[in-house]
Formats: sequence, C-alpha cells, structure tokens
Amino acid sequence: MAGMELLSDQGFRMDGRKSNELRRIRFKKGVFNQADGSAYLEQGNTKVLAAVYGPHEIRGSKSKALHDRVLINCQYSMATFSTQDRKRRPRGDRKSQEMTSHLKQTFDAVVLTELYPKTQLDIYVEVLQSDGGNYCASVNAATLALMDAGIPMKDYVIACAGSFTRETPIIDINHLEESSGGAEVIMAILPRCDQIVFLEMNSRLHEDHLSAVMDHVMAGCKDIFNVLNQQVREELVRRTVQDSLVDSG
Amino acid sequence: MSVDIRLASSRGKGADLYHGEDPGNIVTPGDVITADTGFMRGHGTYMEEDCLHASVAGTVERVNKLVSVRPPKTRYNGEIGDVVIGRVIELALRRWRVETHSRMDSVLMLSSVNLPGGELRRRSEEDEKMMRSYLKEGDLISAEVQNVMSDGCLSLHTRSLKYGKLGQGTLVQVSPSLVLRRKTHFHNLPVGASIILGNNGFIWLSPTQDEQDGDTGGYQTNLQPVSHSDREVIARLRNCVLALADRQMLLFDTSILHAYEASMKHTVKELLKPEVIADVVDLVRQRMELEGS
Repeated sequence: MAGMELLSDQGFRMDGRKSNELRRIRFKKGVFNQADGSAYLEQGNTKVLAAVYGPHEIRGSKSKALHDRVLINCQYSMATFSTQDRKRRPRGDRKSQEMTSHLKQTFDAVVLTELYPKTQLDIYVEVLQSDGGNYCASVNAATLALMDAGIPMKDYVIACAGSFTRETPIIDINHLEESSGGAEVIMAILPRCDQIVFLEMNSRLHEDHLSAVMDHVMAGCKDIFNVLNQQVREELVRRTVQDSLVDSG
Repeated sequence: MSVDIRLASSRGKGADLYHGEDPGNIVTPGDVITADTGFMRGHGTYMEEDCLHASVAGTVERVNKLVSVRPPKTRYNGEIGDVVIGRVIELALRRWRVETHSRMDSVLMLSSVNLPGGELRRRSEEDEKMMRSYLKEGDLISAEVQNVMSDGCLSLHTRSLKYGKLGQGTLVQVSPSLVLRRKTHFHNLPVGASIILGNNGFIWLSPTQDEQDGDTGGYQTNLQPVSHSDREVIARLRNCVLALADRQMLLFDTSILHAYEASMKHTVKELLKPEVIADVVDLVRQRMELEGS
C-alpha cells in the first residue's frame, strides 16, 4: 500500500509535489473574438475555458431584469471527454446546476453590479479536462475572462481547494486526492482584502484542524493570485509600451 | 484549388517591443491607485476605506483631479455627438431599437429621423404606420448619438442627410477603442470607396456614391450592381482594417490608406495570413513614425 499514500514519509504527495505546492498554472486571455472577454486556464491537468458576454440587453423575458444592478447569468458545463469515462452530460444535471449557482453567488459578490442596471452579464464556463479542483479553475478562469472584458470588479476572485492528510494540510488537490475520501475544503477569496467569498467543505474534518487547513488554502489562493497577476500585468505593460510607441510616432 | 496549411508553432510573434520596463501606470482590479482624498473618482475606479482602488485592468489616466482607468477592451460607451453604425433589431411604439454594441439597445425615435423627401412636419399616425417601410428589422443605419440616458441607453438621431439607411457595402466590427475620435468620420477615400468609421467599432465600407441622390434622404437603396473593381477595393480595405485591428493599431483615414498602399504587393486573399498581416502592419507603423517625426 506504500504507493497509495497521499503523503509520503519524506513529505511528498503522489504527483511529487510538497504539501503546500501548487500545480503548474498557464493561461491565455482573449481566446475568442466573438465574446467580450474570454480566457483559457490550465491548473495542472485541469483545463477550463471561460467566456463572458455583456453587459448587454436582457435576453428572454424582460421581467428578469433587475432595476438597480446587472443580472449575472452563469453556465457551467463539462465536456463529454473531460473525465476518464466518456459520458454525455446533459447541461441541466444536478452537479452542474449546483456549480452554476455557486459561480453566480461568487461573481455577484465581486462584480460591481450596480454600475449596469437593467442589463445582463453572461459567464460561460466549460471544463475541457477534469483533474480535481473544477470549481477553483472555473472561478480563476472566469475572473480572467471578466478582466479581459473590462468588467469592473472589486478585486480578483481566486479559488483554491485543500485537504488534510497525515496531520498535514495539503493544497490545490488533484482528482486522486479529492476522491480518496478525505475532507475537501474549497475557498474563494479576494486576495487583497482577505475576504472569503465562498467556502465549502465536503465530508468530515476535525474542528481543531479546520483553521490550519483554511490558513493553508488561503496562502495557496494568494500564491495563485501572484502567478495570475504577474502575467496579467506583463501583458498590459507589453501592450502599453507598443501603444506609446505608436502614439509618439 | 490550393490549401494553405501551417503549424501553430511557425506563426510569427511579430516585433517584440517589450524590454521588461514598467511604465508605472498599470493597474489590475483591487490595486490601490492613491490614498490621497483630493482626487475625483472616474470610470474604472471605486472608493473603499478612503483609498481609490482600480476596478478594471488597464492604464491609469489623470485629467486634473479626475482619475480613471481605461481597460484595453470594453463595450462601447457612447458620448453625445459620436457617429455610430447600428442594426435595427426591433420596431416599437414610435421608435426603432438599434443594436450598436453598447450595453443596452439604442433607441432611434421616429421624431428624430428625417422623413423621406426631407419634409419637416409633426409625425402623424400615418407615419407611425409607415415606420416599417422606412426602416425594417435587419437594416443597417448610420446615426449620431443625440443623448445618453441615465441608465446608459443611447438615443440616436439621423437628422442630417449624411446619416440614414446604408445600402450596399461591407460591415467590419472591431473593438470600439481602436477607432480614433476625429472631427470627421465620413471619408471618401481616393482609392475609390467610402468609409464610415463608427465610434462604436462598426466600420462601413461602400462604393463611393454620387452626390445627386441626396434628396431621397437615404431611404431608397441603390441596388445597381457594384463593379468588380469596386468590390475588390472594398474587400482589400476590409482586410486592411482587420489586419490593423488584429495588431491593435488605431484606425483612421490615414492609417487605413497607408495599409491599403502597403498591401498592394499582396493579393486580397493573402491579407488574411498572419505573416502578411505582420508585414503590412509593420510597414504602416514605420511610415507613421516617419511622418510623425
């Protein structure tokens, strides 16, 4: 059973990471031309596409419109080929509906909704490959897509999952660690104001360990934030440098 | 028929002008712009705990006391006097609803159009019944922003002979931030086509019309076949506009003409290839820098 341990005696996890080490993060903003904003994000083997349309006129019945803020409409879906066993996933299944409502709650808290009354903002998230942390990758990708669309937000929203094994908190857990039966703590935070937007826990975790896991997950969120922020800034700088050359010319 | 196949890895990145320097005015959402309370809160910012924070990723711009952040890509934010191009999507009571890539559908009131024949009178019930014969769903129009409502909805007018229904031509959609605000947005290009640069990022290319049909008010479309050479000019202009937009170059008459001239050594079709786009845009950029200095 030695090969199946979540954390080895030397402190390494099954995929060779340390307990507080993240998976590799890569992303690209503006992958679609048609959408107002879009992003593709990889966190290890979890790959997610997010697209943002809007704010635009309410589609469907006008009675859904909110007179004082924008209506956020989310849709989370998983591709048929995203998991080990190929499976057709109808859009309205319970798991993705739950995920959809979680995403909606998260972004309702962070988008400055009162700026665009009587309009609608669509956020579409599609998981292309699932290896644990689907919610986290979806939130992070949607944040980048919103930023690409130029939608005003209070801060980045960054999500990260964590677990607890052999008296040690581990962060950014993959599918194996997720399905090993241990507790799973999922958090979405605003990294600069240290506010928690979303917190979910699956299965049982001893009360004494909760704060330790939460602290580690929070630190993980901030690490993810630093990775994302650095690249976003660099892309912006690249663009402004180019613009300023054209303007002066 | 030949097919052009290339690998993603062979795609050129274009000239990289970035050398690691930080211009210092770049912010991302949540960044503190200033803790000084003497500034006014502009677009793309919000106040919290007496600090001015950025709410979008972009460049900080300051005009006297007003601080705002401009993101590289947004929906169209209308201003009074802007020239826009839009598509009629719905007829409502005494008004047309027009899609202009703004955050709400824009409105063109029956009372703010020139009736066919240039009549100036009160709009009667007859006119209301005739609305669909003037403009129907799917028609493209050029118009000017008359008013911006409190909720951001734009009210348009076409009370000038230069505005009105658009006939035959090509529509190109680009990001609104790429269209430079100028005194005039209507140009008859010397290469034999007209261009309307809408502030909302919609660009209309059409064959140059003679002046004599002005008295119809633009409600009768000229359905004469457009000559092959005119169509080729328009197609080339369209590809030039797309090429410039692809490389985030500002669009105005001079830059488009420069691109047109630089593109003459390629066929129209080739202008869609990434390496040709890079070549043409680099030539335009060099020429602009030369003429600017």
